Amino acid sequence: MSFPSPLRSIRLTAVFGAVLLVGIPIVAITGLLSHVAYDPDLGRNNVVGDPGIFDFFLFDWPTHPSWLYAATQGIHVTLGIALFPVLLAKLWSVIPKLFEWPPARSPAHALDRLSLALLVGGVLFEFATGILNVQLYYPWHFGFVKAHYFGAWVFIAAFLFHLVVKVPAMTRALRTREQVIPAGEGSLTRRGLFALVGAGSATLLVVTAGQAVGGPLRRLAVLAPHGEDPGPGPNGFQVNKTAASVGIRPDQTDHRWRLRLAGPHGERALARADLAALGQHTYDLPIACVEGWSTTQRWTGVRLRDLAALAGAAAGGELHIQSLQKAGQFAQTTLAYNQFDDERSLLALRVNGADLSFDHGYPARIIVPALPGVHNTKWVGALEFRA
Amino acid sequence: MRRLYGASGLHLLALIASFALAAAALAHFLDTGAPINIVAWFVGAIVAHDLILFPLYTGLDRIAGRLEPKTRVPVVNHIRIPALLSGLLLIVYFPLILRLSAPAYERTTGLDPQVYLGRWLAITAGLFLGSAVAYAVRIRLTRG
Repeated sequence: MSFPSPLRSIRLTAVFGAVLLVGIPIVAITGLLSHVAYDPDLGRNNVVGDPGIFDFFLFDWPTHPSWLYAATQGIHVTLGIALFPVLLAKLWSVIPKLFEWPPARSPAHALDRLSLALLVGGVLFEFATGILNVQLYYPWHFGFVKAHYFGAWVFIAAFLFHLVVKVPAMTRALRTREQVIPAGEGSLTRRGLFALVGAGSATLLVVTAGQAVGGPLRRLAVLAPHGEDPGPGPNGFQVNKTAASVGIRPDQTDHRWRLRLAGPHGERALARADLAALGQHTYDLPIACVEGWSTTQRWTGVRLRDLAALAGAAAGGELHIQSLQKAGQFAQTTLAYNQFDDERSLLALRVNGADLSFDHGYPARIIVPALPGVHNTKWVGALEFRA
Repeated sequence: MRRLYGASGLHLLALIASFALAAAALAHFLDTGAPINIVAWFVGAIVAHDLILFPLYTGLDRIAGRLEPKTRVPVVNHIRIPALLSGLLLIVYFPLILRLSAPAYERTTGLDPQVYLGRWLAITAGLFLGSAVAYAVRIRLTRG
């Protein structure tokens, strides 16, 4: 059952282990940073429920540099996918241990193996759910975000123990030279196996990375879920959720649309023409999705800080944003003071010199630097500045 | 300690700390709407890898090795490498390639879900073609 291979060795496992030792923490930390970027302690932003002890690392998510979330989340998804072949190779290299006999030599060995079940189950669960989520495929009954988040903590707990036990063995193995195996005719050498795993990672990178990196690489991202060219024109860039998919009707956004602006100065209703008559500002800012793709566009609109002044908002408050959309977790969101007070933070009316398209949030959408895409609310119906 | 437990005290302490953190996380993890389903996915991920995927790809590799015709220039790696790369792309992107989420994908993104199967087949064809060309070059070189 274990399919013996002369290629397996402690050193081979150590090399794959060393790659994962660098890669997996980067994927884990960028994932945790995404949790931070959602500002779960504001309003109803929390999407994982009661955090228990797992909110000790939260901090105020900055707006500089504007590509911060595009970078952290692009790395989380893209590097995660590229590490998948390395993970498979690492598991291949140690799989005979799964079938060893007797199954437990001592209490320590039995507990070791229980911990390994959490480690392997955890890492496979995280890779599987993450990879399926970016393809919008949900063949399960649990909530993805919460499961992926706390599944990560189960994995992290087992991973830390694994490091304590195995890093010394890995370093020893990396220092030893091992016998070169004479390759049988036509079979793989160890070097050949490393090249094959590297080629697997490289292939996945080529067909995926462009949706996050952009530029000429975007054309190569032929299997990336958001690698397709969405068409020409000023609004020809990726849509996370179309108007139809969240139940926005055109008659909600026609000339009768009003923005409800609320704050200490009371409430007022602003037509799109009223907003267009306020000072307009233009910035190049990315929208960056939790699913690992991003795109930078030129947005024009009213500064949120100007609207804050109009509403009489005091320094240090929060901004609650309500979309016209009824469905979905992100029909509303709450921004921190540093986020709506950044001069580049806009209620955007236009993109690349044209009015926003219906799918990109017409009549008005939020654009804030370094904010996760789903918090850049589209089809904004109300802005409420709170103390 | 070592005789009864089988490892050092440090091992036991680190293990207890790890299990405590894992237990705290598991309590939240199991509270995600469908506890049986999520356990099935956690355990199923191990089973799917260790008892299905691993025997499948190693078994196919063995069969390919057995069936390999005796040729002057061995051909097996020229099949193994493109097949593994193509299979890897399929394992990662099968929901898009096999259109398993096509209606949701099209409604949500506005993009065409039909393109992925053709693209994967084209990449697969390209990989095998490249491998065949490399094999032809090797035959030429050993002849010369």
